[in-house]
Amino acid sequence: MGDVINTAALVQSGSTSAADVVSACLGRIKRRDKSVNALVSYDDDRVLADAARIDKKRASGKSLGKLAGVPVVVKDNICTEFSRTTCGSKILETYVSQFNAFVVDQLINADAVIVGKGNLDEFAMGSSTEFSLHGGTLNPWDTNRVPGGSSGGPAVAVASRMVSASLGSDTGGSIRQPASFCGVVGLKPSYGRVSRYGLVAYGSSLDQIGPFTTSVDDAALMLEVIAGHDGRDSTSVNQDVPTYSSALNEPVEGKRIGVCAACFAEGLSDDVRQSVEQAIEKLRDAGCEIVPIDLPHMKYAIASYYMIAMAEASSNLARFDGVHYGYRTEQPQDLADMYASSRGEGFGAEVKRRIMMGTYALSSGYYDAYYLKALKVRRLIKEDFDAAFKRCDVIALPVAPTTAFAIGEKIDDPLAMYLSDMYTVFANLAGLCAISLPCGFDAAGLPIGWQLMGPPFGESTLLSVAHQYQNITDFHLQTPALAAD
Amino acid sequence: MANSIDADKVRHVANLARLHVSEDEVQRYVGQLSRIFDYVDLLNEVNTDNVEPLTHALPITNILREDVVRPSLSTEQALANAPQSDRGYFLVPKVLDQESS
Repeated sequence: MGDVINTAALVQSGSTSAADVVSACLGRIKRRDKSVNALVSYDDDRVLADAARIDKKRASGKSLGKLAGVPVVVKDNICTEFSRTTCGSKILETYVSQFNAFVVDQLINADAVIVGKGNLDEFAMGSSTEFSLHGGTLNPWDTNRVPGGSSGGPAVAVASRMVSASLGSDTGGSIRQPASFCGVVGLKPSYGRVSRYGLVAYGSSLDQIGPFTTSVDDAALMLEVIAGHDGRDSTSVNQDVPTYSSALNEPVEGKRIGVCAACFAEGLSDDVRQSVEQAIEKLRDAGCEIVPIDLPHMKYAIASYYMIAMAEASSNLARFDGVHYGYRTEQPQDLADMYASSRGEGFGAEVKRRIMMGTYALSSGYYDAYYLKALKVRRLIKEDFDAAFKRCDVIALPVAPTTAFAIGEKIDDPLAMYLSDMYTVFANLAGLCAISLPCGFDAAGLPIGWQLMGPPFGESTLLSVAHQYQNITDFHLQTPALAAD
Repeated sequence: MANSIDADKVRHVANLARLHVSEDEVQRYVGQLSRIFDYVDLLNEVNTDNVEPLTHALPITNILREDVVRPSLSTEQALANAPQSDRGYFLVPKVLDQESS
């Protein structure tokens, strides 16, 4: 049973108080975060007051919510009224939202305690959490390596056991890839399952919020709390939220696991290939049927994805104009210069590069060749998955071609950084649900993750297969030395 | 498509994006954008005749609601993050020059 479930049960029953849970959590943060820089902000007084309120609620005879007293970190592109939401950007350095994101209110209503905000690549654009106003986050398994990104802070907060759960956002792999690099569970729900209200938009047709946890049963409980319909996000789907955590032991015998040989071909490191293949064998041993599938347009996914993501980013980030909120340049010559200089000084290198590429792909003369072409290829990719899911229940594949890479290794080579997302962008392009979970360690002792993908709104089956894999393996129980103090 | 991203094109795109870029950045973007768009040209291998573009993975329709007054931000809240404001308004540099105003 996972830490989230355990903690909530202890606080609900009164065996322990939310105040004790949260005090211990703050102690771990103070000891460990200086080594990894996962959190961009936290506030002891507010956190202790929240915990006291939960304990008082219980003392007054009221029953507590599903996440009673569970400390949670939230990525710093998810709006909170009680602290800054910086997106790791100078342009939002002092921004305090006037409202909570839907998921934040859901956590609070379930009696969770939001202890702080997690570091990220600026505006969630990156795969390494190196591009942040607050400095880079480090991998707790080896602090010379990146934790992955863009949700590196929330991933590391869980991997170093400062908290037992966190929320990230996933536009092309930004939950699953850091989960893989840090040895934790990362779930990207189906597009439309979780409201994006209060998530600072990057690629609106791709973005989705999801949890990091150390175990699949915890992830199922977290999803139960944050999923649901919200009229303030027009892409939020009005469909009942199943009790995911009670369907985890649904039998996996006879479930068909799709495997695409092309996902195991060139570009994949040997350590990762072997571990993922062994994980698939474990499912076969558990009674699953392994079926070959074909994804004919796989090799075009990265190009399609980056065109769409950058085009959407260039539109979404047009709102940062130095007028309503955010950074404004000191001495603008005129209105046009105020826009251009505020944006030029406020955005970092990777964000500017993506705005430039997106604007180019949308500009007159290039729109058809790049943006529209990418959308047509997106349909073909989605049709590949529609066909594949007629033949299988879940698809198994790697999360990333390698384990965590060295800090600085890809900083001057944006294309190499983009190509490392080759296994994760499918789920965002096609609106699938997908989960990353630990399946081994490489020769250097770095965690390896594998990925299971399900059809849109197929979370119940996805989570039950993943949970039963964890029942027969112990990779997810390993912790970095840093978490031992 | 042959990519010919030169410094003038980078400056043009930066202007469209209302993004000030330094000369150093212009030179860097010429190389980086050319390389990335050369890679994206891979999409030209795919025959997309008669394929409709897919903007969202889910079928999305407009959702309408009654146009009724609901609680919303106060003026103070709306201005709370403004870099400059004055008497309930967002303040920006002068848009029109003196003669035409």
